[in-house]
Amino acid sequence: MSKKIRNNPLGIKLNRRNFIKGSAMGLAASALPLTKKADASFLDVFFQKHFREMSKQEIQEVLDRFEKTYSEEYGKKVSVKATPAIPGVLFGYGLDLSRCIGCRRCVYACVGENNQSRDPQIHWITVLRFKNGEKWVDLENSESYYNPAEVPEPDHFYMPVQCQQCENPPCVRACPTQATWKEPDGIVVVDYNWCIGCRYCMAACPYGARHFNWSKPNIPPDELNPETHYLGNRPRYNGVVEKCTFCIQRTRAGKYPACVEVCPVGARKFGNLLDPASEIRYCIENKRVFRLKEDLNTYPKFYYFFAT
Amino acid sequence: MRRGSAVLPIFILITWILVLPVIALDSGNTDHQDTSNNTDTVYKGGSQNPDIPDFFVPPPPFSEGIFPCSGCHKEMKPNKQRRKLEMFHQDIELKHAGPQQWCLDCHNADDRDKLHLIDGRLIDFKESYLLCGQCHGTNFRDWKAGVHGKRTGEWNGKKLYRLCVHCHNPHQPRFKPLAPKPPPVRPEDIK
Repeated sequence: MSKKIRNNPLGIKLNRRNFIKGSAMGLAASALPLTKKADASFLDVFFQKHFREMSKQEIQEVLDRFEKTYSEEYGKKVSVKATPAIPGVLFGYGLDLSRCIGCRRCVYACVGENNQSRDPQIHWITVLRFKNGEKWVDLENSESYYNPAEVPEPDHFYMPVQCQQCENPPCVRACPTQATWKEPDGIVVVDYNWCIGCRYCMAACPYGARHFNWSKPNIPPDELNPETHYLGNRPRYNGVVEKCTFCIQRTRAGKYPACVEVCPVGARKFGNLLDPASEIRYCIENKRVFRLKEDLNTYPKFYYFFAT
Repeated sequence: MRRGSAVLPIFILITWILVLPVIALDSGNTDHQDTSNNTDTVYKGGSQNPDIPDFFVPPPPFSEGIFPCSGCHKEMKPNKQRRKLEMFHQDIELKHAGPQQWCLDCHNADDRDKLHLIDGRLIDFKESYLLCGQCHGTNFRDWKAGVHGKRTGEWNGKKLYRLCVHCHNPHQPRFKPLAPKPPPVRPEDIK
Protein backbone atom coordinates (compact mmCIF):
# COMPACT_ATOMS: atom_id res chain seq x y z
CA MET A 1 0.00 0.00 0.00
CA SER A 2 1.23 3.47 -0.74
CA LYS A 3 2.30 5.60 2.17
CA LYS A 4 0.93 8.69 0.47
CA ILE A 5 -1.37 10.64 2.71
CA ARG A 6 -4.63 11.59 1.04
CA ASN A 7 -5.66 15.23 1.10
CA ASN A 8 -8.93 16.13 2.68
CA PRO A 9 -10.96 19.35 2.56
CA LEU A 10 -10.01 20.30 6.12
CA GLY A 11 -6.35 19.93 5.33
CA ILE A 12 -5.76 17.52 8.18
CA LYS A 13 -2.96 15.12 7.50
CA LEU A 14 -3.68 11.82 9.10
CA ASN A 15 -2.18 8.46 8.35
CA ARG A 16 -3.90 5.16 8.91
CA ARG A 17 -1.98 4.24 12.07
CA ASN A 18 -2.78 7.54 13.75
CA PHE A 19 -6.39 7.33 12.70
CA ILE A 20 -6.82 3.89 14.26
CA LYS A 21 -5.00 4.97 17.41
CA GLY A 22 -7.11 8.08 17.68
CA SER A 23 -10.39 6.32 17.20
CA ALA A 24 -9.48 3.71 19.80
CA MET A 25 -8.65 6.49 22.26
CA GLY A 26 -11.86 8.30 21.39
CA LEU A 27 -13.96 5.24 21.97
CA ALA A 28 -12.29 4.64 25.30
CA ALA A 29 -12.89 8.28 26.26
CA SER A 30 -16.56 8.13 25.31
CA ALA A 31 -16.91 5.07 27.54
CA LEU A 32 -15.41 6.90 30.50
CA PRO A 33 -18.42 9.08 31.55
CA LEU A 34 -20.59 6.00 31.26
CA THR A 35 -18.45 4.08 33.71
CA LYS A 36 -18.27 7.09 36.01
CA LYS A 37 -22.04 7.65 36.00
CA ALA A 38 -22.84 3.99 35.83
CA ASP A 39 -24.69 3.71 39.09
CA ALA A 40 -27.68 1.40 38.89
CA SER A 41 -30.29 4.12 38.26
CA PHE A 42 -28.62 5.46 35.12
CA LEU A 43 -28.53 2.03 33.53
CA ASP A 44 -32.02 1.26 34.83
CA VAL A 45 -33.42 4.34 33.13
CA PHE A 46 -31.52 3.50 29.97
CA PHE A 47 -32.80 -0.05 29.81
CA GLN A 48 -36.30 0.64 31.16
CA LYS A 49 -39.02 -1.21 29.25
CA HIS A 50 -42.07 0.37 27.63
CA PHE A 51 -44.65 1.21 30.29
CA ARG A 52 -47.30 -1.08 28.86
CA GLU A 53 -44.89 -4.01 28.60
CA MET A 54 -43.83 -3.87 32.23
CA SER A 55 -45.25 -6.24 34.82
CA LYS A 56 -46.82 -4.86 37.99
CA GLN A 57 -43.64 -5.55 39.90
CA GLU A 58 -41.46 -3.88 37.30
CA ILE A 59 -43.70 -0.80 37.37
CA GLN A 60 -43.39 -0.68 41.14
CA GLU A 61 -39.61 -0.83 40.92
CA VAL A 62 -39.64 2.01 38.39
CA LEU A 63 -41.94 4.09 40.59
CA ASP A 64 -39.73 3.55 43.63
CA ARG A 65 -36.70 4.59 41.63
CA PHE A 66 -38.39 7.79 40.41
CA GLU A 67 -39.65 8.64 43.89
CA LYS A 68 -36.09 8.38 45.16
CA THR A 69 -34.61 10.42 42.29
CA TYR A 70 -37.22 13.20 42.47
CA SER A 71 -37.14 13.37 46.26
CA GLU A 72 -33.36 13.84 46.14
CA GLU A 73 -33.54 16.36 43.33
CA TYR A 74 -36.28 18.56 44.83
CA GLY A 75 -35.41 18.06 48.49
CA LYS A 76 -38.85 16.89 49.56
CA LYS A 77 -40.91 13.72 49.57
CA VAL A 78 -42.31 13.18 46.09
CA SER A 79 -44.74 10.35 45.46
CA VAL A 80 -45.03 8.83 42.00
CA LYS A 81 -48.07 6.66 41.38
CA ALA A 82 -49.32 4.73 38.40
CA THR A 83 -52.97 4.39 39.40
CA PRO A 84 -54.69 2.44 36.61
CA ALA A 85 -57.92 3.51 34.89
CA ILE A 86 -61.16 2.85 36.78
CA PRO A 87 -63.23 0.22 34.88
CA GLY A 88 -66.43 1.55 33.30
CA VAL A 89 -65.18 5.13 33.17
CA LEU A 90 -64.66 7.28 30.08
CA PHE A 91 -63.80 10.83 31.00
CA GLY A 92 -65.50 13.75 29.32
CA TYR A 93 -65.15 17.47 29.79
CA GLY A 94 -67.56 20.33 29.29
CA LEU A 95 -66.79 24.03 28.97
CA ASP A 96 -69.48 26.67 29.08
CA LEU A 97 -68.45 29.40 26.67
CA SER A 98 -71.28 31.65 27.78
CA ARG A 99 -69.74 31.82 31.26
CA CYS A 100 -65.97 31.91 30.64
CA ILE A 101 -64.59 35.37 31.36
CA GLY A 102 -61.03 34.71 30.18
CA CYS A 103 -59.36 35.30 33.56
CA ARG A 104 -56.71 32.57 33.00
CA ARG A 105 -57.09 31.20 36.54
CA CYS A 106 -57.27 27.73 34.97
CA VAL A 107 -53.98 28.21 33.11
CA TYR A 108 -52.00 28.88 36.28
CA ALA A 109 -53.83 26.32 38.42
CA CYS A 110 -52.80 23.77 35.79
CA VAL A 111 -49.17 24.92 35.84
CA GLY A 112 -49.04 24.49 39.62
CA GLU A 113 -50.85 21.16 39.72
CA ASN A 114 -49.06 19.57 36.82
CA ASN A 115 -45.50 20.82 37.39
CA GLN A 116 -45.08 22.60 34.08
CA SER A 117 -41.83 24.42 33.45
CA ARG A 118 -41.97 28.05 34.60
CA ASP A 119 -39.07 29.30 32.49
CA PRO A 120 -39.08 28.45 29.64
CA GLN A 121 -42.79 28.75 30.10
CA ILE A 122 -45.16 25.91 29.27
CA HIS A 123 -48.94 26.31 29.53
CA TRP A 124 -51.21 23.37 28.79
CA ILE A 125 -54.23 25.67 28.49
CA THR A 126 -54.42 28.51 26.01
CA VAL A 127 -57.28 30.98 26.38
CA LEU A 128 -58.31 32.44 23.04
CA ARG A 129 -60.17 35.71 22.73
CA PHE A 130 -62.67 36.42 19.98
CA LYS A 131 -64.59 39.51 19.09
CA ASN A 132 -68.34 39.16 19.17
CA GLY A 133 -69.88 38.73 15.77
CA GLU A 134 -66.68 37.88 13.93
CA LYS A 135 -65.99 34.64 12.15
CA TRP A 136 -64.77 33.12 15.33
CA VAL A 137 -64.03 29.59 14.18
CA ASP A 138 -61.09 31.25 12.47
CA LEU A 139 -58.81 30.10 15.28
CA GLU A 140 -55.59 31.30 13.67
CA ASN A 141 -56.71 34.90 13.98
CA SER A 142 -57.76 34.66 17.60
CA GLU A 143 -55.89 36.55 20.29
CA SER A 144 -54.19 34.67 23.11
CA TYR A 145 -51.94 37.47 24.45
CA TYR A 146 -54.77 39.82 25.50
CA ASN A 147 -53.95 41.68 28.69
CA PRO A 148 -56.58 44.24 29.72
CA ALA A 149 -56.94 45.59 33.26
CA GLU A 150 -60.16 43.67 33.72
CA VAL A 151 -61.99 40.81 32.07
CA PRO A 152 -64.48 40.15 30.58
CA GLU A 153 -63.97 42.94 28.06
CA PRO A 154 -67.07 44.28 26.36
CA ASP A 155 -67.84 42.72 22.97
CA HIS A 156 -65.46 39.83 23.43
CA PHE A 157 -65.74 36.22 24.41
CA TYR A 158 -63.16 33.67 25.42
CA MET A 159 -62.44 30.07 24.62
CA PRO A 160 -59.89 28.04 26.57
CA VAL A 161 -58.29 25.28 24.51
CA GLN A 162 -56.39 22.35 25.92
CA CYS A 163 -55.96 18.69 24.99
CA GLN A 164 -59.32 17.48 23.70
CA GLN A 165 -58.56 13.83 24.63
CA CYS A 166 -59.69 12.62 21.20
CA GLU A 167 -61.20 9.17 20.82
CA ASN A 168 -59.36 9.04 17.49
CA PRO A 169 -56.16 10.86 18.42
CA PRO A 170 -53.96 11.81 15.45
CA CYS A 171 -51.00 12.38 17.79
CA VAL A 172 -50.97 8.74 18.85
CA ARG A 173 -50.81 7.54 15.27
CA ALA A 174 -47.97 9.94 14.50
CA CYS A 175 -45.70 8.74 17.29
CA PRO A 176 -42.88 6.57 15.89
CA THR A 177 -41.98 5.04 19.26
CA GLN A 178 -45.47 4.45 20.72
CA ALA A 179 -44.53 6.74 23.56
CA THR A 180 -48.06 8.16 23.59
CA TRP A 181 -51.32 6.24 23.69
CA LYS A 182 -54.95 6.37 24.76
CA GLU A 183 -55.70 4.84 28.14
CA PRO A 184 -58.90 2.80 28.76
CA ASP A 185 -60.54 5.80 30.46
CA GLY A 186 -59.93 7.88 27.36
CA ILE A 187 -56.97 9.96 28.55
CA VAL A 188 -54.15 10.33 26.04
CA VAL A 189 -50.90 9.98 27.96
CA VAL A 190 -47.17 10.26 27.25
CA ASP A 191 -44.43 8.08 28.69
CA TYR A 192 -41.66 10.64 29.05
CA ASN A 193 -39.10 7.85 29.15
CA TRP A 194 -40.07 6.67 25.68
CA CYS A 195 -40.56 10.02 24.03
CA ILE A 196 -37.64 10.77 21.71
CA GLY A 197 -38.67 14.37 21.19
CA CYS A 198 -39.30 14.16 17.44
CA ARG A 199 -42.41 16.38 17.86
CA TYR A 200 -44.36 14.56 15.11
CA CYS A 201 -47.29 14.44 17.55
CA MET A 202 -47.21 18.22 17.90
CA ALA A 203 -47.43 18.56 14.14
CA ALA A 204 -50.28 16.05 14.05
CA CYS A 205 -52.35 17.67 16.82
CA PRO A 206 -54.93 20.04 15.33
CA TYR A 207 -55.50 21.76 18.68
CA GLY A 208 -51.96 22.87 19.55
CA ALA A 209 -52.34 20.95 22.77
CA ARG A 210 -48.89 19.37 22.94
CA HIS A 211 -45.91 21.23 24.27
CA PHE A 212 -42.19 20.61 24.03
CA ASN A 213 -39.56 20.93 26.73
CA TRP A 214 -36.87 22.93 24.96
CA SER A 215 -34.72 22.72 28.06
CA LYS A 216 -34.83 20.97 31.40
CA PRO A 217 -38.11 22.05 33.05
CA ASN A 218 -37.52 24.72 35.63
CA ILE A 219 -39.77 24.20 38.66
CA PRO A 220 -38.99 25.90 41.99
CA PRO A 221 -38.71 23.04 44.53
CA ASP A 222 -41.13 24.70 46.94
CA GLU A 223 -43.75 24.95 44.16
CA LEU A 224 -43.39 21.35 43.03
CA ASN A 225 -46.59 19.38 43.47
CA PRO A 226 -45.33 16.22 45.19
CA GLU A 227 -48.43 14.15 44.34
CA THR A 228 -47.50 12.86 40.91
CA HIS A 229 -48.48 10.20 38.40
CA TYR A 230 -46.03 8.38 36.15
CA LEU A 231 -48.10 9.21 33.05
CA GLY A 232 -48.98 12.71 34.16
CA ASN A 233 -47.38 15.39 36.25
CA ARG A 234 -44.08 13.87 37.31
CA PRO A 235 -41.16 16.18 36.49
CA ARG A 236 -40.28 15.91 32.82
CA TYR A 237 -36.98 15.64 30.97
CA ASN A 238 -35.37 18.01 28.57
CA GLY A 239 -36.55 17.22 25.04
CA VAL A 240 -39.86 15.46 25.67
CA VAL A 241 -43.41 16.37 24.75
CA GLU A 242 -46.09 16.90 27.40
CA LYS A 243 -49.83 17.61 27.41
CA CYS A 244 -53.00 17.89 29.48
CA THR A 245 -53.99 14.57 31.06
CA PHE A 246 -57.28 15.74 32.68
CA CYS A 247 -55.12 15.80 35.87
CA ILE A 248 -54.74 12.02 35.76
CA GLN A 249 -53.30 12.02 39.31
CA ARG A 250 -56.49 13.67 40.60
CA THR A 251 -59.24 12.25 38.41
CA ARG A 252 -58.19 8.63 38.87
CA ALA A 253 -58.38 9.28 42.62
CA GLY A 254 -61.96 10.54 42.20
CA LYS A 255 -61.20 14.25 42.36
CA TYR A 256 -62.09 16.97 39.86
CA PRO A 257 -59.28 18.34 37.67
CA ALA A 258 -57.54 21.43 39.05
CA CYS A 259 -58.92 23.71 36.30
CA VAL A 260 -62.50 22.69 37.19
CA GLU A 261 -61.99 23.52 40.85
CA VAL A 262 -60.32 26.89 40.30
CA CYS A 263 -62.73 28.35 37.72
CA PRO A 264 -64.37 31.33 39.45
CA VAL A 265 -67.48 31.23 37.25
CA GLY A 266 -68.05 27.47 37.26
CA ALA A 267 -67.69 27.23 33.49
CA ARG A 268 -65.84 23.92 33.58
CA LYS A 269 -67.66 20.58 33.95
CA PHE A 270 -66.21 17.12 34.25
CA GLY A 271 -67.50 13.60 34.60
CA ASN A 272 -67.93 10.07 33.36
CA LEU A 273 -69.43 9.84 29.87
CA LEU A 274 -70.67 6.32 30.59
CA ASP A 275 -72.66 7.38 33.67
CA PRO A 276 -76.11 8.71 32.63
CA ALA A 277 -76.36 10.67 35.90
CA SER A 278 -73.07 12.53 35.46
CA GLU A 279 -72.77 16.27 34.94
CA ILE A 280 -71.17 15.89 31.54
CA ARG A 281 -74.02 13.69 30.30
CA TYR A 282 -76.51 16.32 31.49
CA CYS A 283 -74.63 18.93 29.46
CA ILE A 284 -74.58 16.81 26.33
CA GLU A 285 -78.25 15.89 26.63
CA ASN A 286 -79.59 19.33 27.59
CA LYS A 287 -77.25 21.94 26.15
CA ARG A 288 -76.17 22.92 22.67
CA VAL A 289 -72.75 21.29 22.65
CA PHE A 290 -70.15 21.26 19.93
CA ARG A 291 -66.67 19.86 19.61
CA LEU A 292 -63.73 21.75 18.23
CA LYS A 293 -62.78 20.96 14.61
CA GLU A 294 -65.33 18.16 14.50
CA ASP A 295 -64.78 17.84 10.77
CA LEU A 296 -61.33 16.33 11.35
CA ASN A 297 -62.90 13.13 12.69
CA THR A 298 -60.85 13.21 15.88
CA TYR A 299 -63.90 12.64 18.11
CA PRO A 300 -62.82 14.90 20.99
CA LYS A 301 -64.19 14.16 24.46
CA PHE A 302 -64.13 17.87 25.21
CA TYR A 303 -67.52 19.51 24.72
CA TYR A 304 -68.00 23.24 24.41
CA PHE A 305 -71.48 24.51 25.10
CA PHE A 306 -73.58 27.59 25.71
CA ALA A 307 -75.68 27.22 28.84
CA THR A 308 -77.67 30.38 28.28
CA MET B 1 -112.13 -23.74 49.56
CA ARG B 2 -112.03 -23.18 53.32
CA ARG B 3 -108.23 -23.16 53.21
CA GLY B 4 -108.20 -20.54 50.45
CA SER B 5 -110.46 -18.12 52.32
CA ALA B 6 -108.14 -18.28 55.38
CA VAL B 7 -105.07 -17.40 53.32
CA LEU B 8 -106.61 -14.28 51.75
CA PRO B 9 -106.92 -12.12 54.94
CA ILE B 10 -103.36 -13.04 55.94
CA PHE B 11 -102.14 -12.01 52.48
CA ILE B 12 -103.95 -8.67 52.76
CA LEU B 13 -102.47 -8.12 56.22
CA ILE B 14 -98.91 -8.77 55.00
CA THR B 15 -99.41 -6.47 52.04
CA TRP B 16 -100.55 -3.69 54.38
CA ILE B 17 -97.56 -4.17 56.64
CA LEU B 18 -95.28 -3.82 53.63
CA VAL B 19 -97.09 -0.88 52.05
CA LEU B 20 -97.75 1.20 55.16
CA PRO B 21 -94.20 2.42 55.79
CA VAL B 22 -93.91 3.43 52.13
CA ILE B 23 -97.04 5.59 52.42
CA ALA B 24 -95.76 7.08 55.66
CA LEU B 25 -92.41 7.93 54.03
CA ASP B 26 -94.14 9.47 51.06
CA SER B 27 -96.24 11.77 53.19
CA GLY B 28 -93.04 12.79 55.00
CA ASN B 29 -91.58 13.81 51.67
CA THR B 30 -94.34 16.21 50.80
CA ASP B 31 -93.97 18.02 54.11
CA HIS B 32 -91.86 20.96 52.92
CA GLN B 33 -92.85 23.16 55.83
CA ASP B 34 -90.53 21.34 58.17
CA THR B 35 -87.34 23.37 57.99
CA SER B 36 -84.82 21.66 60.20
CA ASN B 37 -82.70 23.56 62.66
CA ASN B 38 -79.70 21.54 61.63
CA THR B 39 -76.67 23.84 61.54
CA ASP B 40 -74.51 21.20 59.91
CA THR B 41 -73.25 21.93 56.43
CA VAL B 42 -74.43 18.54 55.16
CA TYR B 43 -77.70 18.87 53.32
CA LYS B 44 -79.87 15.88 52.77
CA GLY B 45 -81.57 17.15 49.68
CA GLY B 46 -83.28 13.82 49.11
CA SER B 47 -85.45 13.81 52.22
CA GLN B 48 -86.83 17.35 51.94
CA ASN B 49 -86.69 18.01 48.23
CA PRO B 50 -86.81 14.78 46.28
CA ASP B 51 -85.39 16.40 43.15
CA ILE B 52 -82.35 17.87 44.88
CA PRO B 53 -79.47 15.43 45.36
CA ASP B 54 -77.64 15.17 48.67
CA PHE B 55 -74.96 17.78 48.72
CA PHE B 56 -72.74 19.89 50.90
CA VAL B 57 -72.66 23.64 51.04
CA PRO B 58 -70.55 25.94 53.13
CA PRO B 59 -72.59 28.16 55.47
CA PRO B 60 -74.11 31.30 53.88
CA PRO B 61 -71.57 34.12 53.41
CA PHE B 62 -72.95 36.67 55.89
CA SER B 63 -71.12 39.91 56.58
CA GLU B 64 -69.49 39.69 59.98
CA GLY B 65 -71.85 40.20 62.90
CA ILE B 66 -74.94 40.65 60.73
CA PHE B 67 -76.66 37.37 61.60
CA PRO B 68 -78.97 36.66 63.42
CA CYS B 69 -80.94 39.61 62.11
CA SER B 70 -83.28 39.31 65.07
CA GLY B 71 -80.39 40.55 67.20
CA CYS B 72 -81.40 44.09 66.24
CA HIS B 73 -84.80 43.62 64.64
CA LYS B 74 -86.39 41.88 67.65
CA GLU B 75 -86.97 45.18 69.41
CA MET B 76 -88.05 47.06 66.30
CA LYS B 77 -91.56 47.40 64.99
CA PRO B 78 -91.56 46.28 61.33
CA ASN B 79 -92.27 49.05 58.84
CA LYS B 80 -93.53 47.34 55.72
CA GLN B 81 -93.70 50.56 53.72
CA ARG B 82 -91.57 50.55 50.57
CA ARG B 83 -88.97 53.29 51.10
CA LYS B 84 -85.33 54.26 50.86
CA LEU B 85 -83.52 53.01 53.94
CA GLU B 86 -81.89 55.83 55.90
CA MET B 87 -81.01 54.52 59.34
CA PHE B 88 -79.23 51.27 58.55
CA HIS B 89 -78.28 49.08 55.60
CA GLN B 90 -77.79 52.19 53.44
CA ASP B 91 -74.70 50.51 51.98
CA ILE B 92 -76.91 47.93 50.28
CA GLU B 93 -77.63 49.09 46.79
CA LEU B 94 -80.31 46.90 45.25
CA LYS B 95 -79.50 46.20 41.61
CA HIS B 96 -81.58 43.11 41.08
CA ALA B 97 -84.52 42.94 38.66
CA GLY B 98 -84.73 46.68 38.25
CA PRO B 99 -86.87 48.93 40.41
CA GLN B 100 -89.69 46.47 41.04
CA GLN B 101 -87.76 44.52 43.70
CA TRP B 102 -87.34 45.55 47.27
CA CYS B 103 -86.18 44.11 50.61
CA LEU B 104 -89.36 42.42 51.78
CA ASP B 105 -89.83 40.52 48.51
CA CYS B 106 -87.29 38.07 49.90
CA HIS B 107 -86.67 39.05 53.53
CA ASN B 108 -89.38 38.28 56.02
CA ALA B 109 -90.57 41.18 58.20
CA ASP B 110 -92.11 39.15 61.00
CA ASP B 111 -89.32 36.62 61.51
CA ARG B 112 -86.15 38.36 60.43
CA ASP B 113 -84.00 35.25 60.63
CA LYS B 114 -85.89 33.67 57.75
CA LEU B 115 -86.52 34.39 54.11
CA HIS B 116 -89.91 33.89 52.56
CA LEU B 117 -90.99 32.38 49.29
CA ILE B 118 -93.61 33.98 47.12
CA ASP B 119 -96.30 31.69 48.58
CA GLY B 120 -95.42 32.78 52.12
CA ARG B 121 -93.48 29.70 53.16
CA LEU B 122 -90.58 30.57 55.43
CA ILE B 123 -87.17 29.19 54.55
CA ASP B 124 -83.78 29.26 56.15
CA PHE B 125 -80.92 31.39 54.81
CA LYS B 126 -79.05 28.19 54.07
CA GLU B 127 -81.85 27.13 51.73
CA SER B 128 -81.88 30.39 49.79
CA TYR B 129 -81.59 28.48 46.49
CA LEU B 130 -85.32 27.76 46.80
CA LEU B 131 -85.94 31.50 46.81
CA CYS B 132 -83.68 32.23 43.84
CA GLY B 133 -85.17 29.29 41.95
CA GLN B 134 -88.61 30.90 41.96
CA CYS B 135 -87.55 33.33 39.21
CA HIS B 136 -84.42 31.65 37.87
CA GLY B 137 -85.98 28.28 37.20
CA THR B 138 -83.71 27.20 34.36
CA ASN B 139 -80.61 28.06 36.34
CA PHE B 140 -82.04 26.28 39.38
CA ARG B 141 -82.61 23.19 37.26
CA ASP B 142 -79.01 23.29 35.99
CA TRP B 143 -77.70 23.96 39.49
CA LYS B 144 -79.42 20.87 40.84
CA ALA B 145 -77.84 18.82 38.07
CA GLY B 146 -74.45 20.27 38.96
CA VAL B 147 -74.07 22.26 35.76
CA HIS B 148 -74.82 25.83 36.80
CA GLY B 149 -72.21 26.97 39.29
CA LYS B 150 -69.01 25.56 40.59
CA ARG B 151 -68.55 22.09 42.06
CA THR B 152 -65.52 20.90 43.93
CA GLY B 153 -64.77 17.58 45.55
CA GLU B 154 -65.23 14.28 43.78
CA TRP B 155 -66.63 13.80 40.28
CA ASN B 156 -68.05 10.42 41.34
CA GLY B 157 -68.67 11.06 45.02
CA LYS B 158 -69.10 13.81 47.59
CA LYS B 159 -69.38 17.19 45.95
CA LEU B 160 -69.23 20.58 47.52
CA TYR B 161 -72.02 22.73 46.11
CA ARG B 162 -72.28 26.44 46.68
CA LEU B 163 -75.35 28.49 47.41
CA CYS B 164 -76.31 31.02 44.72
CA VAL B 165 -75.17 33.76 47.10
CA HIS B 166 -71.65 32.39 47.38
CA CYS B 167 -70.97 33.61 43.85
CA HIS B 168 -73.73 36.16 43.23
CA ASN B 169 -74.28 38.98 45.65
CA PRO B 170 -78.06 38.71 46.05
CA HIS B 171 -78.42 42.49 46.04
CA GLN B 172 -76.24 42.96 42.94
CA PRO B 173 -76.09 39.56 41.28
CA ARG B 174 -74.10 40.51 38.18
CA PHE B 175 -70.48 39.34 38.33
CA LYS B 176 -67.85 41.99 38.94
CA PRO B 177 -65.00 42.05 36.37
CA LEU B 178 -61.70 40.48 37.46
CA ALA B 179 -58.07 41.23 36.70
CA PRO B 180 -56.78 38.48 34.40
CA LYS B 181 -53.62 36.50 35.12
CA PRO B 182 -50.62 37.40 32.93
CA PRO B 183 -50.67 36.38 29.27
CA PRO B 184 -48.28 33.68 28.01
CA VAL B 185 -44.78 34.66 26.91
CA ARG B 186 -44.62 35.44 23.21
CA PRO B 187 -42.26 33.20 21.22
CA GLU B 188 -40.09 36.19 20.30
CA ASP B 189 -39.63 37.01 24.01
CA ILE B 190 -38.23 33.61 24.89
CA LYS B 191 -34.51 33.96 25.51
